[in-house]
Amino acid sequence: MTGMLSAVETVLDSPLTIAGRSFRSRLMVGTGKYRSNAEMVRAIEASGAEIVTVAVRRVDLDRTKGEGILYHLNPDQFFLLANTAGCYSADEAIRYARLAREAGFNDFVKLEVIGDRESLLPDTEGLLAAARELVRDDFKVLAYTNDDVVTALRLEDVGCAAVMPLASPIGSGLGLLNPYSIRSIKKRLSVPVIVDAGVGTASDACLTMEQGVDGILMNTALAEAKDSAGMAWAMRWAVDAGRAAFLAGRMPRREVAVPSSPTQGMLQQ
Amino acid sequence: MEIRLLVNGEPRNIPGPATLDDLLQHLGLDSRTVVVEHNRSIVRRPRLGEVPLAAGDSVELVHFVGGG
Repeated sequence: MTGMLSAVETVLDSPLTIAGRSFRSRLMVGTGKYRSNAEMVRAIEASGAEIVTVAVRRVDLDRTKGEGILYHLNPDQFFLLANTAGCYSADEAIRYARLAREAGFNDFVKLEVIGDRESLLPDTEGLLAAARELVRDDFKVLAYTNDDVVTALRLEDVGCAAVMPLASPIGSGLGLLNPYSIRSIKKRLSVPVIVDAGVGTASDACLTMEQGVDGILMNTALAEAKDSAGMAWAMRWAVDAGRAAFLAGRMPRREVAVPSSPTQGMLQQ
Repeated sequence: MEIRLLVNGEPRNIPGPATLDDLLQHLGLDSRTVVVEHNRSIVRRPRLGEVPLAAGDSVELVHFVGGG
């Protein structure tokens, strides 16, 4: 009987591999917008994430003591993924990516080229141009993009190491608006598909992972939760649950009821 | 002799002659924690002491901050 009890203690899954680097956790987290650094660190630890995103900004020359993120986050403990958030052109994003690489941690970049200040949706033309140039410059590019299969395919074609379609707009917390698009992107691409942006709560993360994607990146859902570490903990299991459910394979959807108990052997009326 | 520079978009005077390394020291910054861009070109850490500053030069000093 003990054999039965221990039969499913772990789900058989391969690690998430991006450009030859393997990661245990399929949850990646951002470091922006937390109420305090202490709260951020607790949330990141609770999330179990290995990949942690950071942004590149000017040093504040008037009060430089300890305001860089690395003052609070041990770079040996996490894989730092620099982003090009806030960039509105390919040239600007390329410049930020090069500065980030110079910090000396790795040659991965989360490429964002934003096309519109209100929606924060990507400028796909600029994104493709920047991706092409950064791949040529030996970057491992993880490209934040629309939930659009054509752009996703082109990003893969130009050599991106991973494609990161949105669940819904950055910071919106609207959850997975178009499961079908995300599923089609995953079906068509060979490189990892990491859903980035829009996840608001644990059920969003679970539903997203159930589409078969390789991972999720989130920030605001944790930073703006009443209890960031609590939400990080919930997200960690939601990502694992969604992944396990995807691997297990869900039952078919039917528009009719099918009894779960035998229809034979009923008492005579 | 003072050199007038544009550091992170703000005018700054520093005593000259000076290199990028001198600028970092003048600002109290540890070169291991910042990335330096001088007139739009990245200057790697080992070369910071070799690059002289001239009046009107533009220097960007960046580092990692929280972001998603």
